[in-house]
Amino acid sequence: MSKIICSAAIRGAHKIVDMAEEKYEEALKKFGPEQEVSFPNTAYFLPVIYSMLGAKVQNIGDMKDIFQECRKLLPPIVSDTIWLPYLAPALDAGMATFFAEEMYESIRYLNEPEFYTKTEDPGSENIWLGAADDLIFRKRGVEFVDGTAPGFAAIMGAPPNKEIASKIALELQEKNLYIFMHDHTDGVRIAEQLIDNEVQIGWNTRLVPFGPTYTSAVFAIGFACRVAMAFGGIKPGDYKGNLIYNKDRTFAFVMAFGPVSDEWYANAAGAINWGFPTISDYDIPEVLPTGICTYEHVVSQVPHEEIVQKAIEVRGLKVTVSKIDIPLSYGPAFEGERIRKDDLFMECGGGRTTGVEVLISKDMEEVQDGLVTVEGPDIKDIKEGENLPLAILVEVAGREMQSDFEPILERQFHHLINYVQGIMHIGQRNIMWVRIGKAAVEKGFSFEHVGKVLHGKLHQEFGAILDKIQVKIYTIQEKVEEVVELAKKVYTERDERLGTMTDDTEDIFYSCTLCQSFAPSHVCVITPERVGMCGAYNWLDGKASFQINPTGPNQPIEKGECIDPDIGFFTGINEFVNQASRGAVTDVSCYSLMTDPMTACGCFEAIAAMLPQCNGIMVVNRDYMGMTPSGMKFTTLAGMAGGGAQTPGFMGVSKHYLTSRKLFKAEGGLKRVVWLPKMLKEELKDKLIERCNEEGMPELFDMIATEEQGITEEEILKFLKEKGHPALSMETAV
Amino acid sequence: MSIKRNGCEGCSEITCTSTKEVLSKDIAKNVITAYDRVQARGMSACLFGSGGTCCRNCNMGPCQIIEGVDDLIGICGATADTVAARNFARTIASGTSAHTDHAREMVKGFIETAKGETPHEIKDEVKLHMLAEVFGVETEGKDKNEIALEIGKMALNDFGKQDDEPVTMVKRAPAKRQEIWKKYNIAPRGVDREVVEMMHRTHMGVDQDYRNLMLQGARCALADGWGSSMLSTELTDIMFGTPVPRRAIVDLGVLKEDQVNVTVHGHEPLLAEALCLAAQEPDMLELAKKAGAKGINLAGVCCTGNEILMRRGIPVAAGFIQQEMAIATGAVEAMVVDVQCIMQSVAEVAKSFHTDVITTNYRAKMPGAVHIQFEEEEALQSAKEILTHAIKNYKKRGDCFIPTENKLDVVVGFSHETINYMLGGRFRSSYRPLNDNIINGRIRGVAAIVGCDNYKLPDDRHEIIARELIKNDVLVLATGCAATALGRVGLLRPEAAREAGPGLAEICETVGMPPVLHCGSCVDNSRLLIAATEMVREGGLGEDISELPLAGTAPLWMSEKAVAIGQYFVSSGAYVCFQNLPTSGSKVFTKHLFEEMEEMYGGRWDVAEDPLELAKQMIAHIDKKRAALGIDKKRERVLFDMEMRRDLGTGSGIGDVGCHGQQHLS
Repeated sequence: MSKIICSAAIRGAHKIVDMAEEKYEEALKKFGPEQEVSFPNTAYFLPVIYSMLGAKVQNIGDMKDIFQECRKLLPPIVSDTIWLPYLAPALDAGMATFFAEEMYESIRYLNEPEFYTKTEDPGSENIWLGAADDLIFRKRGVEFVDGTAPGFAAIMGAPPNKEIASKIALELQEKNLYIFMHDHTDGVRIAEQLIDNEVQIGWNTRLVPFGPTYTSAVFAIGFACRVAMAFGGIKPGDYKGNLIYNKDRTFAFVMAFGPVSDEWYANAAGAINWGFPTISDYDIPEVLPTGICTYEHVVSQVPHEEIVQKAIEVRGLKVTVSKIDIPLSYGPAFEGERIRKDDLFMECGGGRTTGVEVLISKDMEEVQDGLVTVEGPDIKDIKEGENLPLAILVEVAGREMQSDFEPILERQFHHLINYVQGIMHIGQRNIMWVRIGKAAVEKGFSFEHVGKVLHGKLHQEFGAILDKIQVKIYTIQEKVEEVVELAKKVYTERDERLGTMTDDTEDIFYSCTLCQSFAPSHVCVITPERVGMCGAYNWLDGKASFQINPTGPNQPIEKGECIDPDIGFFTGINEFVNQASRGAVTDVSCYSLMTDPMTACGCFEAIAAMLPQCNGIMVVNRDYMGMTPSGMKFTTLAGMAGGGAQTPGFMGVSKHYLTSRKLFKAEGGLKRVVWLPKMLKEELKDKLIERCNEEGMPELFDMIATEEQGITEEEILKFLKEKGHPALSMETAV
Repeated sequence: MSIKRNGCEGCSEITCTSTKEVLSKDIAKNVITAYDRVQARGMSACLFGSGGTCCRNCNMGPCQIIEGVDDLIGICGATADTVAARNFARTIASGTSAHTDHAREMVKGFIETAKGETPHEIKDEVKLHMLAEVFGVETEGKDKNEIALEIGKMALNDFGKQDDEPVTMVKRAPAKRQEIWKKYNIAPRGVDREVVEMMHRTHMGVDQDYRNLMLQGARCALADGWGSSMLSTELTDIMFGTPVPRRAIVDLGVLKEDQVNVTVHGHEPLLAEALCLAAQEPDMLELAKKAGAKGINLAGVCCTGNEILMRRGIPVAAGFIQQEMAIATGAVEAMVVDVQCIMQSVAEVAKSFHTDVITTNYRAKMPGAVHIQFEEEEALQSAKEILTHAIKNYKKRGDCFIPTENKLDVVVGFSHETINYMLGGRFRSSYRPLNDNIINGRIRGVAAIVGCDNYKLPDDRHEIIARELIKNDVLVLATGCAATALGRVGLLRPEAAREAGPGLAEICETVGMPPVLHCGSCVDNSRLLIAATEMVREGGLGEDISELPLAGTAPLWMSEKAVAIGQYFVSSGAYVCFQNLPTSGSKVFTKHLFEEMEEMYGGRWDVAEDPLELAKQMIAHIDKKRAALGIDKKRERVLFDMEMRRDLGTGSGIGDVGCHGQQHLS
């Protein structure tokens, strides 16, 4: 009975708008209209209001107009007889609900600054994180873009006990979904149930405790709105574009436990605007006809053991879960899980013991597919706290295998091993580090499982190039050292081969449209000397990916004739991008910030921006939250560089590109770089110094300013003058 | 003893309760109504006239033609098919002319409003801008009246233009449909020109090929639907407000014992809107009070009623067949009329009461009526004059009988914009849910029940057809007097969803709408063209109106306008079934209407005398279209993986499930 739901939603919306408006009146009296309001560290203001109405709520005074809009949207209560159509009014009421909740929550940040932790992980006293800031949002957004997270479940309330709660959370994790948690059922909160059952929660395990009240549901919706703006290039105020984008691309739904209040109905009705249906375990009416959501709108009385399956079916989501035969849960949702000291059973590598991992290709007859051996003591043979050396040697063979693909396959180890619940993997090569948690050991974890995972997953993902895979695991010191020696030899050969590959030696570049599921008009061009701006895909990845899936997101681009070697104009690239962006972008330079810079989806590691006064370029990485000399923080800059648009002077780049010989070649290369955040400069220190030497200016490294020298152009200019930075004497770049 | 009255020529019973009650009362016992005249005439309709083969287009005849009898062709040699086609085409021309003259008045009123010379204003600016785009009017930096004036002038030009380009609104039709019109060269040029050319070509000795005649018949009808009617609907909406859902009441019970009852009968809402404004003026209310009345009760009759019902929620007292009954209550101070469908008999009936029939349009006068010319430039003044006249009559009211029990609640106001909104709200408005649920079979299809009512057939036809359709999960859109008739039997109430089949009932319940949607007056059938076009545009149901599971009927048609409407639907690709057509005298011509037209336009004419049979034929057509679309079978749920989501961006989309990638931007 849609009528019951719509009537309740409209009632709920009235209550919520009334409540929020009361808070607003109070805040207006207390702080005055000029008082700034915002969610923490975001360039999207109050994101639902910004994306739907295009209105920037920056101070309390700005809320007046939005409340007027809410009042316009709020329909009268549905009458018992001779009712007027109520579905559309209920959806409008749901929208007013979100506007009101956003303002309510922003006032809460003002009144109770400590109400939310504003962190990625819950604290020991307070577990409620509050709205995702842009740092978290961009980091996690990448997963939405590349498909490792197809969407999210917005959970209202809690299931009857912690066992069911944990099981549902785990199932959702196994479907790779994010789980946003809000409010309570009879005082019980799912986030607390999970903690009580020793389940790790926080952004890293995708189990996100947003807030203890229903109004925090607006954080989940705000997240979706930002995905559309940041990655989809949807403009603020293009409400229909944003809503349809989310309906088609963000596979989110509401999962409600227990009795449903008018306020919950109001939130659920609002979510339907985005195509997010509601799945409930309670005896509430259903709305089965389709149209606003892709399939059903409200499905109820779903038993707990079926609720996750039902939810993804109702939302129309296909998740291909690869079953790996190990006694532990497995999937991307467990990648970010941490093994803390108290949970630790044992560890390998990471400076504690010798550790190494390497993949090499062999002839077909040398490899026995599926063979997994463990030489030396296994987990069952040791006691807690007893660490072991570890070598993982993977030998592969395949008709399409090339030695160039070895590093790509090896690089998968990190996430493939990390996907195992209860195991943490850090680093790579001979600086790898594995921590094994007590919980994993209790479930029967063995090193053999690492072998099974690598065998199974590499086959699955690289089946087109691999025919046989065998995994040898050693936990005896001398054997491990043998592998280390072998590995070092392999690494050296590899690095030499890679180092000689340049844009000039290769005729084929690769496109990357992996992000087009979320950023429809963006095309990345990956060259040997320019890694994809997300930092995750280099030229070899593109090559391998094309080999594996010839119709996939990475396509070869014949670079064609080079029209301008400094700017990096190639006829083949322009033709390709013009066609792949459907005419949106006609010219793309490979090495310039100022002339037809490359577009970005929004999941770049860093942003380069021109500083006109300094006549130089600054680069800021995603993790740097402070102000930059451009007068903008990363989040604001991201808005100028993302969404598939070309904005001369602003460009998304990978960190790795900073050490490329082709960096900003058109503008004078590394010598044009005048400012980096300290953390980024430190991270790239060795390679940057190497590049400075190559440029014949070893002193250049120290001439590049950081926030320590200043965060305004004036301060930086002064510093550059003192140091005699080469950018100052270059021709003007603007 | 009151007169014993039959329901119609072939049936003994009037089923409409309010009509029966009024006619059974003493005060009405000597009133002669159309029912009585059906009986009194004592003869059946002429067979040649009914069959469409009586030709009186020149003075050599009249000639009655019998198809297949060599000696009984026309004196000029005209065959039955030619004569039937000529008569049919002239009917279309007459119907078109009625809508056109109505529309012309509306456009002129619109222009005067834009100039600030009427009491009205440009109300719907969203629609104004939408139309500005259709007409290619630049809106930047102009105020609403400037834009309206430009649109108005261009609209007026569509009536009288002489070049061969199609009228403006034609470009709103689906591309495939426009191609078909181009192929047969029937895209309408100037509206007046098509009527004139039709009259010329049916003149003695001009076009004597029924197929060729009907090409112009189609073009003339399209000039009505996509020309004048659509202009009228759209500009009237902009001026008086696009209808939104509202509650109202219908039937004779809406008349009020203690108020001055003024019924407004006819078609053009300019007069009615002015009366609505005037009836709220303090001086008028004061005058009514002085006369001893508690207020002024405006009530609609026929399509004027539908216009102010849709836009203002003013009650409708009667449809076409009840116009005499309204006066026979003895409670009506004045029946204010303008043009079309006003029976001459109302002046006669009024003689038995204190009622004045007030004609207001120089085009339409009748003996026994009072004429007060309605001047658009002094609209309020004219309206007050008319009301003053009515108020004066209040004191003269004698015995009266209002069937107060006979009034029913209705929910009305289902314009194209309302439908679009009600399916998704302000932020997600679209026809997607309609298409989706047609595709998944909850809604089997869409039917239009439009047009008049008459005294030739029993008065419950609309109801029987509508009930059968909704029972079979067919959503019904209604206009004109058909809509009033369905309102009288409670089918315009949301509660009527109970009587629908399970699929349609579920949709009605989800949206909160009745199973029969009142879309406006007869000129507003153009809304249905737009709705059908929007269904095509939304995707998943083919590329043209002819592919939609859609059928139309005007079962109790009376006015020639109904034939024009029927033909513009057929030429737009729809299946249209009437209870009879004046073409039965020529099988050859009937075959053209029933079969050849389907090959040409994808839509066709049909007839079915029995109402249940008629509904079944409509459903059969809907099922045929469902099968052609391949939506007659159960379909698998499509689940999306990342790759499919990426494909959305390439523009291919997955239309079946409503995913169109970036299409919303266009």
